[in-house]
Amino acid sequence: MAHETLDCRRLLCPMPVIRVQDRVAELQPGDELEAICTDPGVMQDIPAWCRINGHQVLEQKVEDDEYILRIRVGEPSP
Amino acid sequence: MQRKAVALISGGLDSLLAVRVMQEQGIYVEGINFFTGFCVEGHTHAIRKKDQKKPKRNNALWCAEQLGIKLHIIDIVEEYKDVVFNPKYGYGANLNPCLDCKIFMVKKAKEWMEAHDFDFIITGEVVGQRPKSQRKDTMPVVQRDSGIDDRLLRPLCARNLPPTLPEREGWVDREKLYDFSGRSRKPQMALARQFGFEDYAQPAGGCCFLTDEQYSLKLQDLWQARGEKRYEMDDIMLLKVGRHIRPAPEYKLIISREEGEGKFLQGYRKQYPSLKTTSHPGPLCLIDGDFAEEQIEQAARIVARYSQGKNADKVELEYRDTEGNTRQLKVTPLPPHELKKEWVV
Repeated sequence: MAHETLDCRRLLCPMPVIRVQDRVAELQPGDELEAICTDPGVMQDIPAWCRINGHQVLEQKVEDDEYILRIRVGEPSP
Repeated sequence: MQRKAVALISGGLDSLLAVRVMQEQGIYVEGINFFTGFCVEGHTHAIRKKDQKKPKRNNALWCAEQLGIKLHIIDIVEEYKDVVFNPKYGYGANLNPCLDCKIFMVKKAKEWMEAHDFDFIITGEVVGQRPKSQRKDTMPVVQRDSGIDDRLLRPLCARNLPPTLPEREGWVDREKLYDFSGRSRKPQMALARQFGFEDYAQPAGGCCFLTDEQYSLKLQDLWQARGEKRYEMDDIMLLKVGRHIRPAPEYKLIISREEGEGKFLQGYRKQYPSLKTTSHPGPLCLIDGDFAEEQIEQAARIVARYSQGKNADKVELEYRDTEGNTRQLKVTPLPPHELKKEWVV
């Protein structure tokens, strides 16, 4: 399983969501992606995007003004 | 066979309702939300500190979640520039190319529809609701110029329009579609109640910054200063932040108005020279354009005028270039009467 990091610093929503969306499309189910962001809006938007599209947010935290979300890629829907 | 529709989701009430009307008829729907760079929905709530107490939800995502549909957010920033620069049908009251924008978005949605084997497109448009793109005479233009023709269904006003392919083929029942028209929002609000939707977004000025007069004036000023219609993503974001003051045609000051904006502008200090008051609390200022050495002092006097030292004899500031080299300045704040009205963009 891949563990990747995505730098979304300085991007404002919805750009971090778009970056996550596009990166997740290239990953396999079970892979993990950590998005590091500076827009606090991601704490709401990325989990919403994950819920809609069947991915799992494993962790979300704030460290030194950075918003970090760890996502597990879900199975593609039929 | 279950038919599939792709919906243009803005995050507002109309597209929310249009999708639900289709779902009631057993249509499978996925949503598309286009990001042009000018979307009000997007990034501005991240900037100003005073806005940080408000919920920061993205309404397009919220709608999709309420509806239980997938949402694809598509970055069209680069391609959209041509729509902004050269709108075939012109601008609206400001720099809003609404009709060209709708045509472009439907065209992009058509490409998505074909690539993903969907059957038709739906939008939340209502006849007569918008002065340019949602008129009875311009709605067919969208269908024609986008190439979608009769695979574009507007469930909220379909009964005011000729039957589309999904209606003629019996994929959807025309009798269960709506005949809304005009600018009144009451029918939509009643339908929202019927479907049990609450807390939906009600944007007052549309969903695009290009409909905003002040924003459009700033964009025009930028084009005029550059001698051509051109912008990058950073430009259009910075137009949403701070006071914009142009003391000379060659350069402009972007001065933060509060802490949140100051923090946001800090991220640009490697791209733009900046000024920051050091002797008194005050704003951060980015300097955009080509300026002469002697103009830095003039800029510093203007910035000092917006600091807490505006009534002091002297205010100290730090000038920092894009390489991070700094030097100190000591200036007399510009008196209010010397700040010319025409400088303020």
